[in-house]
Amino acid sequence: MDYTPLWISVKVAVTATVFTFFLGLAAARLVLSLGKWKGVVDGLFSLPMVLPPTVVGFFLLLLFGRNSVLGKFLERCGTTVIFTWQGAVIAAVTVAFPIMYRTARGALEQVDVNLIHAARTLGMSEVRIFFRILLPVARPGIMAAVILAFARALGEFGATIMIAGNIPGRTQTMSVAVYTAMQSGNRELAFRWVAVIMLISFVSMFLMNYTVERNRRRLWRMWNKKDRGGA
Amino acid sequence: MSLYVDIEKAFGAFHLKVAFETADEVFAILGASGCGKSLTLKCIAGIERPDRGVIRLDGRTLFDSEKRIDIPARKRKIGYLFQDYALFPNMTVFENILCGAGDKELARELAARFYLEGKEQLYPAQLSGGQKQRVALARMLAAKPDYLLLDEPFSALDNYLKSKLERELMEVLDDYGRRVLFVSHDRNEVYRLTDRIAVMENGEVADIRPKRELFEAPRTLAATLLTGCKNVTRLEHREDGLYALDWGIYLRPAGTDGLSGAAYQYAAVRAHYFEAVTETSEMPETLEPPEMSNMLMCEILREIEDTFSMVVLFRNRYGEQTGDYSILTAEFSKEEWAGIRVRTVLQNRPLWLRIPEQKIILMER
Repeated sequence: MDYTPLWISVKVAVTATVFTFFLGLAAARLVLSLGKWKGVVDGLFSLPMVLPPTVVGFFLLLLFGRNSVLGKFLERCGTTVIFTWQGAVIAAVTVAFPIMYRTARGALEQVDVNLIHAARTLGMSEVRIFFRILLPVARPGIMAAVILAFARALGEFGATIMIAGNIPGRTQTMSVAVYTAMQSGNRELAFRWVAVIMLISFVSMFLMNYTVERNRRRLWRMWNKKDRGGA
Repeated sequence: MSLYVDIEKAFGAFHLKVAFETADEVFAILGASGCGKSLTLKCIAGIERPDRGVIRLDGRTLFDSEKRIDIPARKRKIGYLFQDYALFPNMTVFENILCGAGDKELARELAARFYLEGKEQLYPAQLSGGQKQRVALARMLAAKPDYLLLDEPFSALDNYLKSKLERELMEVLDDYGRRVLFVSHDRNEVYRLTDRIAVMENGEVADIRPKRELFEAPRTLAATLLTGCKNVTRLEHREDGLYALDWGIYLRPAGTDGLSGAAYQYAAVRAHYFEAVTETSEMPETLEPPEMSNMLMCEILREIEDTFSMVVLFRNRYGEQTGDYSILTAEFSKEEWAGIRVRTVLQNRPLWLRIPEQKIILMER
């Protein structure tokens, strides 16, 4: 069995997750600080989640295709993202971004607003508040967001096949490999890839539950260790 | 010269409109929950922005809607003690204090001053309620604030801890030059800790006075209820005098002969000021005014034994009473009540209670 789809999938998903992490977090931070336009910007950021992946792929082709401004610019630089693994990364980032953004925003919103107020009255700057208080306190939720985004990036199919194509050894990811195997009547190969994907999905769900659970247990232990001496 | 506040803020249907000025004193805002007292503190600290108005601290303008001045919270140098202390859960005690200080030496000093030595490396979740409050105080003072705001600092604590922390806090306040604004719904707490009190109701300041004056003679219904008075009634001005609608009797307060009482809308009397009439000779012969003035013939509804006193719930047996306030509360020491019982209830004689005329509180609104 040729394992290149697994490595391509992992490479694409990991790279995409790194980008998604920063973009999603920045977007969450931005939307939380918005006043009037919150609803509009939120809708815009969440759009790729509700659109069919093929529609996302269509827009990405419009944006990066040979006839687009961006595509022409990339071509002049001697590069292109169409039919490359970088293209698959772009597709994965686009579909995973709303999940990262929404979950991270939820986690940040859960943080007791009085902590932020207290920090402000202590004279802390907004940047310091974000990195020293908001992020660490929201960490379990943000970890969950990362894992969900990774899983989504790993399983991406529709937009990927439109922008990166299905080139074995170059852009063929696992989910595309399942499709190709079935198309060519190779049910056994399809089954194998299904098994690999299920294993990875299961492990990521387990990791997510574990991080959340570990944080709860950590708090629980702190509570039990509570020093009751003196008031 | 100290804190000057004159602000307005609409919050949906709620409208906040407060104005007061404090000297170097412990000043309190007393109000029921939802009256806008916490919102007022948040506006002063710069956490919430008022719609219009002015906030000045020692002549330094913190907020002025007309001059478009709005100093951000982190530059106002106002310390804020939150109800739940708002300690950063991801940081140790020492790191929490350091957030205010930014200087390890000062943080160490404050940890020592608040008896937190040896606890520096613990997390807030590992601390007791009292220790949490000390960390919050240390962290607040570490930022060297010019003025302190305390938002119901004891509401989450049990009674024993409360009185202990109260004493600790009073020491800190004294050290600190008593430049403090304190918010609470607990009248006893406010009375013990502060010098002057503003009573707040529905987003407005109903009354501002030194605490003794306020508790002796509250001028509004809200203030009367907040200072713990349980017996209130609406008044009606009749030919025969002031009629207490809820109690079904005429009232004759001290020093209100003639028309001077015309503006009064409510009357009240504190539960421990009732006097029992046990001698037959003192009891009224008729039930007509003025004989009946200030006298209630009790239909006892319930006797409740409190820790150090007896609380008697009763209603007037004669006269028509309307409204929610027709059930009255009287409070006696246990010995006193035992004596009253022997001479009245146990002999099947009626219990008459007299309201001393000097103890009737009159309110215009």
